[in-house]
Amino acid sequence: MPQFLEHSGTSWKGQKVKHDLSVIDKLDPRLRVIMVTLFAFVTVLSESFWVLSLGVLVGLLLALLAQLNVKRTLRRVIAMDMFMIFLVIMLPFTTPGEALFTVAGLSASTAGFLHALMILLKAHAVVLSLLALVGTLSATTLGHALAHLRVPDKLVHLLLFTVRYLDVIGQEYKRMRRAMQARAFVLRTDMHTWRSIGYLIGMLLVHSLERSERIMDAMKCRGYKGQFYLFDDMALGTHDYRFMALFLPFLCGLIGLNFL
Amino acid sequence: MHIVDGALAVPVLAVGAALTVAGVAIGLKKMDYDHLPQVGVLSAVFFIASYVHLPIGFSSVHLILNGLIGLALGWAAFPALLVALFLQAVFFGFGGFLVLGVNVVNIALPAVMVYYLCGKGISSSSPKVAAVWGAAGGAGAIVLTTVMVAFSLMLSGEAFLLAAKMTFVAHIPVMIVEGFVTAAAVLLIRKVKPEFLNIKESSEYA
Repeated sequence: MPQFLEHSGTSWKGQKVKHDLSVIDKLDPRLRVIMVTLFAFVTVLSESFWVLSLGVLVGLLLALLAQLNVKRTLRRVIAMDMFMIFLVIMLPFTTPGEALFTVAGLSASTAGFLHALMILLKAHAVVLSLLALVGTLSATTLGHALAHLRVPDKLVHLLLFTVRYLDVIGQEYKRMRRAMQARAFVLRTDMHTWRSIGYLIGMLLVHSLERSERIMDAMKCRGYKGQFYLFDDMALGTHDYRFMALFLPFLCGLIGLNFL
Repeated sequence: MHIVDGALAVPVLAVGAALTVAGVAIGLKKMDYDHLPQVGVLSAVFFIASYVHLPIGFSSVHLILNGLIGLALGWAAFPALLVALFLQAVFFGFGGFLVLGVNVVNIALPAVMVYYLCGKGISSSSPKVAAVWGAAGGAGAIVLTTVMVAFSLMLSGEAFLLAAKMTFVAHIPVMIVEGFVTAAAVLLIRKVKPEFLNIKESSEYA
């Protein structure tokens, strides 16, 4: 597998990823989280091809509305496909049923083919809507939205801390790797590589942990008592009601289509 | 290791989600606010480890490190991995949304098991013994994770049997690499910052 396909998310740019402001950005973050959750439930639990095709179309539409960067999104979707490509390719051959076509003496069943298609549709519908509605939020806003949605405090703190450390540790990792490269270290398949990478990870942990202790001390020094204050009052506006007015009936329609 | 949305049967999704909620609840209970930065650091390291690619012949594998995370955190591995996987799913589209519960259990439960099985071993006074336990923890976590991924696929349908078997075979190189890397990391941390792996400093020099 070529390296650039294997991992699209090769570096965490977190807060720095820019995208053009879009209609989606005007919506309340809480609403976006809730809508994606509902949409994911409806698509994953649906068994009808009509619903799933509509779901993928809506996912695409949301991605267009959110003005997602085409190249970046495509890379991510392809990376997701890599996770399931074997599963989907093998499925028609391992499901019993009447043969649709044969490859090298193996017969692919219609049932298996349809099942594979269904998985593809579901996965794409969910991932597109997720990237469009929630992936465009900054990680901090997402954390605050989750806090407003009554996600346990500690979990939200952990999320915010993690987002912060991703930046720090990512940079630390790059710095240490550069230092190794300056000493002519090349990755190979041998003990030396594995040991060095193990030490690298160990050192990375030690550095980051000492740093996190310093941060904790600094925060305590400024009166941190295990609580973040959420300053942003999120309120539903006209846009949000309009979006709900469109999206909720659509979801009900999708559910209804399942029973036709 | 990530399973995508739509592949698993509903009961499997439900059980995965329930186990994750339980695990995270225990993890959060055992984790106090002073501990929070440490958990955050490890959560971030799990994220970063997925872009450390090591060559294996013509191909390459990336680190998962759930063994090491388990050894350092115990039950707190559940919230740590939930956060990391959630961020990956939301911002990178890795895995899926509803399948998050299953993915977290598959990676975090082995981490907790390694904590109980190998935690004592790595604090042994002899570095060699500790390294062996570290390697067992690193490789063992991946073995358990792949077995659990394979099981979640198999429980979702007979047709996934071949895919489940292939997942296991494909991850054998990862197990080997992860074992060596974790052993080295454990050795280093024991020397430099033993309290990180819950090792009393005195036992090192006793």
